[in-house]
Amino acid sequence: MNMQLQALDDFRTSTREWLENNCPPSMQTSMVQEEIVWGGRNPHFENPESKIWLERMAEKGWTCPTWPTEYGGGGLNKEEAIVLNEELRRINARPALTSFGISMLGPVLLEYGSHEQRLEHLPKIVRGEIRWCQGYSEPGSGSDLASLKTKAELQGDEYLINGSKVWTSYADKADWIFCLVRTDFEVPKHAGISFILFDMASAGISTKPIQLISGASPFCETFFDDVKVPAGNLVGRLNDGWTIAKRLLQHERTMISSFGLASGQSDRGGTTSTVSSLEGAAMHYRGDTDKLSDPVLRDEIAQFRIDSTAFALTSQRSVEESKQDQGPNATSSMLKNYGCELNKRRYEIMMKALGSQSLGWEGEGFAEDELLVTREWLRSKANSIEGGTSEVQLNVIAKRVLGLPDILSMSKDREK
Amino acid sequence: MALVLNEDQQLLKDSAKNFCQQNSPLSVLRRLRDSKDEAGFDSAIWQQMLELGWAGMAIPEAYGGFDFGYGGLGIVLEESGRTLTSSPLISTVLLGATAINEIGSDSQKQQLLPKIVAGELLVSLALDEDISHGPNRIKTTAVKNGDLFTIDGAKTFVLDGHVADKFIVVTRTSGESSDAHGISLFLVDANTAGITVTRTLMVDNRNSAKVEFSNVSVPASALLGEEDNGFSALDFVLDIARIGLAAEMLGSIQEVFDRIIEYLKQREQFGVLIGSFQGLQHRAANMYSEIELCKSVVRAALGALDNKEAERKEIAELASIAKAKLSEVFFLVSNEGVQMHGGIGMTDEFDIGFFIKRARVAQQYLGDAAFHRDRYASLKNF
Repeated sequence: MNMQLQALDDFRTSTREWLENNCPPSMQTSMVQEEIVWGGRNPHFENPESKIWLERMAEKGWTCPTWPTEYGGGGLNKEEAIVLNEELRRINARPALTSFGISMLGPVLLEYGSHEQRLEHLPKIVRGEIRWCQGYSEPGSGSDLASLKTKAELQGDEYLINGSKVWTSYADKADWIFCLVRTDFEVPKHAGISFILFDMASAGISTKPIQLISGASPFCETFFDDVKVPAGNLVGRLNDGWTIAKRLLQHERTMISSFGLASGQSDRGGTTSTVSSLEGAAMHYRGDTDKLSDPVLRDEIAQFRIDSTAFALTSQRSVEESKQDQGPNATSSMLKNYGCELNKRRYEIMMKALGSQSLGWEGEGFAEDELLVTREWLRSKANSIEGGTSEVQLNVIAKRVLGLPDILSMSKDREK
Repeated sequence: MALVLNEDQQLLKDSAKNFCQQNSPLSVLRRLRDSKDEAGFDSAIWQQMLELGWAGMAIPEAYGGFDFGYGGLGIVLEESGRTLTSSPLISTVLLGATAINEIGSDSQKQQLLPKIVAGELLVSLALDEDISHGPNRIKTTAVKNGDLFTIDGAKTFVLDGHVADKFIVVTRTSGESSDAHGISLFLVDANTAGITVTRTLMVDNRNSAKVEFSNVSVPASALLGEEDNGFSALDFVLDIARIGLAAEMLGSIQEVFDRIIEYLKQREQFGVLIGSFQGLQHRAANMYSEIELCKSVVRAALGALDNKEAERKEIAELASIAKAKLSEVFFLVSNEGVQMHGGIGMTDEFDIGFFIKRARVAQQYLGDAAFHRDRYASLKNF
C-alpha cells in the first residue's frame, strides 16, 4: 500500500513538472467558446497555442488518459488519472481536446469493438484527427429511440443505408458518424438494431443545420440515400446494437452531467467570462458592495450554490465509488438529470441577476457577455432534452436503480 | 477528500446498524411515549451504547475516549436515526462532550469527559431563548461579582434538559443582544439554587425542556472558554453538532425512503402495483437523487471535521450546506412518506408518522434551511 502511495506521489511530481514545462500560458486560462478544440480532418485552432497543447497531450496519450497505450491512450490506472485530473485543475488547464470520440464512442469501442476496429479508430480519436458525430435520434424516434427506422441492408460485403437522423450534433463538421440502424424489421424493436460506423464523406450523405431558439445551429438533420458502408464497420454482433446504444448513452449522460458542475468548458452552456458568478453578477448590477440587497434573490442563489456544491461532491463520490474500468452505471441517469436541471436553474437565476440586461438579442445597448447570457439561457433548455429527457432519466432511475415495476411491460404482459 | 467509508468505518456502520435494528428499534420510542416514560429514553439501551463506546467515539484517548473521530460518531448517529432512537447521544455526546472537548481547559476535560464516556454525567446545552435558532441572540446575563457570576434568563429547546446533570449555559457578559462579542459559556450544575427546569413534551417524543435561571450564582471557575469571547468557539461546536445532526437526519431520511419504496412494490390498486405509476415513480426518483446529494454532503462534512488541515471557514460552510440540504430533504421525504402511504400513513398505528414528527424538530434544531442559507451566503460574502 505504501509503495503504491509512493508511486502515486512520484507520478504526481513528474506530472506536475511535465505540465509546468508543457502547458502553454494561454492554455492555463478559462476556456472561451471560440477556442474549444474539436479536432478533425480540417482542424480549426483559433489560438495557435491550442495546437501545441493538443499535440503534446496527444503524444502522452493524455487526451484519453485511461485508454490502453496500444490504442494511443495514456495507459493510466484510475488513481493516476485522478491525479492527472487534479494537476490539470490545479493549473486551470483547458481540455486539450473536446470530442464525442473521447466521451462517447471510444469507451464503447473499448468494450464492444474488435481489435482491428480499435486499432483503426482509437488512435485517431486520441490525436484528434477524426471528428465524430452521433446518429441516434430520428424525426419519429425521440424518447422512444428504439423505434428508429433508418435501414441498413446487407448487399454482398456492404450495407446499403437509407433514412434520416435528426439532432445530429455538428454533423456538418464531422468526419465520421457512429450510427444506429435497423437491420431487422421482423423482430421486436429492441432486437433489430445494429451499431455501425461510417465516413461522412461517403456518397449519398447530406446534412442541414437546424436553427435553435437561441439562434445557434449546433445540430443538423442528416439524410442517408443509398450510402454504401463496408460490412466490417458494424460494431459488436448484428442486431445487438441496442446494448451498445444504451451503454453509449450512459457515457453521454455522464458527459452532459458535467455541465451541471458549471465548469465553463462545455459547448452546451458554460460560464461567461465577466458575469461568471451569480452572486457577483447580482451584486454588480445592483451596485451592492458587501451584501446582496435583494433578500429573495440572495436566498435563491444560496440555495443554488448549496445544491451545486452537493452535486459536485456527489459526482466526485461516484468516481470514488466506481471500481476501476467499470465505467458509469445507472447512477449516470441521476447525475445527468440533476446536472442538467442545475444548469437550467443557473441560467434562470443569472437572468434575474442581470434583470433587463439579460433580455437583449443583439446590437447596441448590451455587452457581449450579456447577450451571451440570453443565448446560453435559451441553449440550456436543451440540456434536459438531449441525451434522453429528464423524464426518461427519471424512468431509468425508477426502473434500474429503485427496481420499481415498469408499467409498459406490465401492460404488455396483460395483452399476452 | 474521502467520500466513501474506509474499512474500519464500514465495520462500525455494520455493527451500529445491527445494534440499532436489534436492540433499539422504533418500537422503543413508541413504548417510551405510550408509557409516558419519566426519563424519555431507555437507560438499559443507553447503557449498552456506552458499553459499545459510543459516548467516547470522538473523544481523545487521553480523556477516556476512543479517538475514532467525528466520522465514527456520525456513523453511529446515522444508524440511530434510522430507528429514531431516543438517547443522550445528541445532547450529551454530540453537543456536551464536544463543547467540553473543544473549548474546555485541561482540568475541565480531565474531570468531565471520562464521566461522560462512562455514562455518569449528562450534559445539556442551554442556548436558544426564543422561537428560532440564534446563537448570538443572547439575553441571558451573567454578571460578575468578585469571584462569582450571577446568571439570569430563560432558555428553551434544551435537549434532555429535565434529566441533565449539568448545563452549558450560553450567557451575555457584555454587549447588546445580537452582538457576537460579549458571549460567555458556563458549566452549571443542574441542582444549583435558582434553576427551574420544565420538561416540554415535544411532537417527536424526544426530550426537551425550558430552563429558567434566577439569580443563579456560579464561581468564575465555571467559565467554559474565554469570558466575552465565547462566540466563535461556540459556533464551531455548533457546526460540529449541525453536521452530526445532519448525519442522524440522513439515517432517518433513508429509512423513510426505504419504507416508501417497499410500499410502492407491494401495494396494489387498479389491479397493478402502485409503484408502476409514473406519477409516483418520478417523485421517488427525484427523492433518490436528493438523498444521494445528502449522503455526499454528510460524508464530506464529517470528513472535514476529522481532517486536521481543514479550516474553520470550510467546516462552517459544509455545516451550513449539510444542515440546509438535509433539512430540506427530510421535509420533502417525510411529507412524501405520509402521502405515498395514503390513508395508512395517517394512522398512529403505522410508524411513518414518527418520522414526519421527528423531521420538523430536527429541521429547526440548530438552524433550519433558511437560517443556513442566510449563513452560507454571509460566509460566501454575498
